[in-house]
Amino acid sequence: MVSVRSIANTPSSLTPNDLPWIIEHREDRCTLCGQCAAVCPVGTLNLTYMRKRMPHLVLSATERGSSYKTFVGIRQSTEIGKRCIGCGSCSLVCPNEAIQPLQNPGRDRFRFVNNQQGEPAKRGGRRNVPGASLLDRLIFDRISMLTDPALDAGRHEFSCNTLLGRVLPPEEYVRRKLAGEWIPPVREIFPFVIGSMSFGALSPNMWLGLLQGVAYCNEVLGIPVVMATGEGGCPPWVLRSPFLKYIILQIASGYFGWDEIIRAIPEMQCDPAAIEIKYGQGAKPGDGGLLMWFKVSKLIARLRGVPEGVDLPSPPVHQTLYSIEESVMKMIQTMSMAWNFRVPVYPKISGSTSAKSVLNNLVRNPYAGALLIDGIDGGTGAAYNISMDATGHPIAANVRECYLDLCAQGKQNEIPIFAAGGVGKNGNVTQNGMALIMLGASGVHMGKFMMQSAAGCLGTESNRCNVCNIGLCPKGITSQNPKLYRRLDPDQVAQRVVETFMSIRTEIKKVMAPLGRSQSLPIGMSDALGIDDKDVAERLNIRYVC
Amino acid sequence: MCRLAMKTASEPFSPFSVLTAMEAMQEGYDGSGLGLLLRGLKFADYKYNAQDPILSGIAHSEAALVRLDHIMDKAGFTLNYDHEFEVKKEMIEAQDRHKYILRVYKKPVTWNKLSASEIEHELMLIRLALRANGEAHGNDLTAFSLWPDVATIKEVGWPLEIGLALGLDSGRITSRICMAQGRQNTNYGINLYACHPFFLQGVATMTNGENTAFIPIKDWLTGRAFPGYIGYQSDSEVFAHILHYVTRQLKLPLEAYKHVITPLKNDELAVHPQGDFLRGLRDACRRLIIDGPNAVIGTLPDETAMLVMDAKKMRPATVGGKPGEWAIASEMCGVDAMIPDRDRSKDFQPMREHTVIIPPDRQELQIWSQFDQLPIPQAA
Repeated sequence: MVSVRSIANTPSSLTPNDLPWIIEHREDRCTLCGQCAAVCPVGTLNLTYMRKRMPHLVLSATERGSSYKTFVGIRQSTEIGKRCIGCGSCSLVCPNEAIQPLQNPGRDRFRFVNNQQGEPAKRGGRRNVPGASLLDRLIFDRISMLTDPALDAGRHEFSCNTLLGRVLPPEEYVRRKLAGEWIPPVREIFPFVIGSMSFGALSPNMWLGLLQGVAYCNEVLGIPVVMATGEGGCPPWVLRSPFLKYIILQIASGYFGWDEIIRAIPEMQCDPAAIEIKYGQGAKPGDGGLLMWFKVSKLIARLRGVPEGVDLPSPPVHQTLYSIEESVMKMIQTMSMAWNFRVPVYPKISGSTSAKSVLNNLVRNPYAGALLIDGIDGGTGAAYNISMDATGHPIAANVRECYLDLCAQGKQNEIPIFAAGGVGKNGNVTQNGMALIMLGASGVHMGKFMMQSAAGCLGTESNRCNVCNIGLCPKGITSQNPKLYRRLDPDQVAQRVVETFMSIRTEIKKVMAPLGRSQSLPIGMSDALGIDDKDVAERLNIRYVC
Repeated sequence: MCRLAMKTASEPFSPFSVLTAMEAMQEGYDGSGLGLLLRGLKFADYKYNAQDPILSGIAHSEAALVRLDHIMDKAGFTLNYDHEFEVKKEMIEAQDRHKYILRVYKKPVTWNKLSASEIEHELMLIRLALRANGEAHGNDLTAFSLWPDVATIKEVGWPLEIGLALGLDSGRITSRICMAQGRQNTNYGINLYACHPFFLQGVATMTNGENTAFIPIKDWLTGRAFPGYIGYQSDSEVFAHILHYVTRQLKLPLEAYKHVITPLKNDELAVHPQGDFLRGLRDACRRLIIDGPNAVIGTLPDETAMLVMDAKKMRPATVGGKPGEWAIASEMCGVDAMIPDRDRSKDFQPMREHTVIIPPDRQELQIWSQFDQLPIPQAA
């Protein structure tokens, strides 16, 4: 046995086998072109000269007993900051399929030391819970057959849109209409909304692609898709364009971007779709947004009214607020007034056991346009692992509880509940969304799914990539570095957005037709839902099926 | 599929004539039940005052009957007439029918100071109290309606047989309106309360087909906290309650019913003279949009009759007749059986946008389209 000093051994020493992703390199296929090392976003790959001993039997005393061979190979860095993130960019560029990252089949030791300098682990992306989610397990089991002529998803007309905005009780609507009084603004939108991702978190090309796709859905296909900005405003030309009506502007605790928005109001050609006031986010409840300094480019700095290259943390709460009542009164009414009460204003909160209290407060405020609840499976551009992994509330029970609470008050049509957090995280976006709708949501927001579907985000629930937070997105989706975001063609993103929504629309019909529904979105149609878990069925007040 | 038949005539007629129409359409039902609702009543052995409320129901035991009497006495009602059906028990499937109740009461004198709407509210509460009392005692008391000039009969079995078993062929009861429905809603279990027509405060409807939007509609109606919006043993009961809500709570004209249950599409509303109002009404009443194939036949307290279809017109229904006498049936042969001597070329099968209205004078059919102007004040 050798002495301890002769091997590299610190408490944080790792071998490739301790990392979450291990590079598999096939020397027999490698052409030594070096593209993999050049493309690797975290610099984990090193082309290195390596030497190995070639022992052979020597009978002559004049020859040495061993010779050495020198060769060029790939070495995987075991530095914490340079560990392989599994994005697979190396495989993408390799001409000979000589390299790929493989997930560590054992439990990696990396996670125990990923807190160097006392800084807890952070990442972007998702919660990383592989396997079928609860939403994936909800099935639609009330099939109209002999008791009804079944509907034809391909032939019949379907009304799949939903409402965003405060809806008056019918008595009050008729009274106000006859008296010529104010009727709260209501938008008819597609129930699948592109969730809040800021112009700062996303690259300009990604944002442009999304907007182009949304505009095409609305203006050519007649699918009234809207997208939410997230905190940080919106490019000035968009604020003054007719596309603003497809955009939900978010105001969050940092108020970033709102100088630009307020200044643009007199010049706006149309009203925005809605205003979202972010109080919380499913992925990191209790945290404000954080845009790291390396993402604060010249354009972002201009939009947000800040110097270039500084960290932009938003406070965890709106500093001007003292209580929920005040919050509702100040923020919702101020925002409503800014657009002369023509734009729905609603809060976004993290999934929480206190969601019902917020909801009940909104019910009593005549200006509150909706409530968006973002569950624990929601994504983010940057958060501490512990926030993302273990803080928050799953969306299904939260939405259901809130919906049933509204039903008990007879107000389920007045305040639409929107659900987010894990919709489509395993690709089953329509199924997840429709299940939430039947649990009582009026619609759903989806962020990660759109990045994956429209832009090819590499993230998976197996902690693949998930480096949105450091501005090194290998696909150019969440980076402000032109070298990276030029990889993303906005036109292609737009096309994928359109394809995605066309497909969701068809799938909605394929869900609604066998349920015998075509005239309105089946919000709260809980008799159509089943799950093979008695406890969940009981909690959600739906049918247990097996 | 259910079979529906409704006849309205200026001169009272026997409900048995409508049952024969049901017989003509018998291929379409399964003997799971019959519901009859009569308006504009005339009794052969009693001179009826149309202001007096009539209680319809079934007492399944002597004890239930005693409790019923007690409840009515306590509320201050005076029994004026107790119609004794000539029951042939052997022809009735169910064995626990102690007494079919069809009684005319005199309203409590204490109600004299109440307004018309207060009286209507009280009548509903008494009916619900009877119903609740029966439900609390193993469903031994069933109360279908308590309302002036309305009688309801519901029973499990084949329509014609039930009619014969209750002696409806004797002509002792006649009426100006008779609604009959020939199959229970079997989606949610056979139950006398699940039998059409459904009744609430003078509003009655019956339907064929299935309402797949039932649960969200039920949840919303239940949330109104209006005592009459209960029951829902059948998905079709909501049609009656929506009609009640639109005409009595919202106080909108009958034509608005169609705009609530099957609103026009955006592009149609864009060119409608009241598109703005109707779009808002659609949003506000969004949870009342029905779905599924349905023909809804309804009658109102003033003896107006109506027929509407679902938005896809996936169920048949025909209206035909002549001045003074009209019939609506789910099958054309049903109309033939009720009014054979009419001009058949004038029969009408409504499409998705139509509301067929037979006004109380019964002189002509009104075919109102959703694309027409809605008769509401100009401000809307």
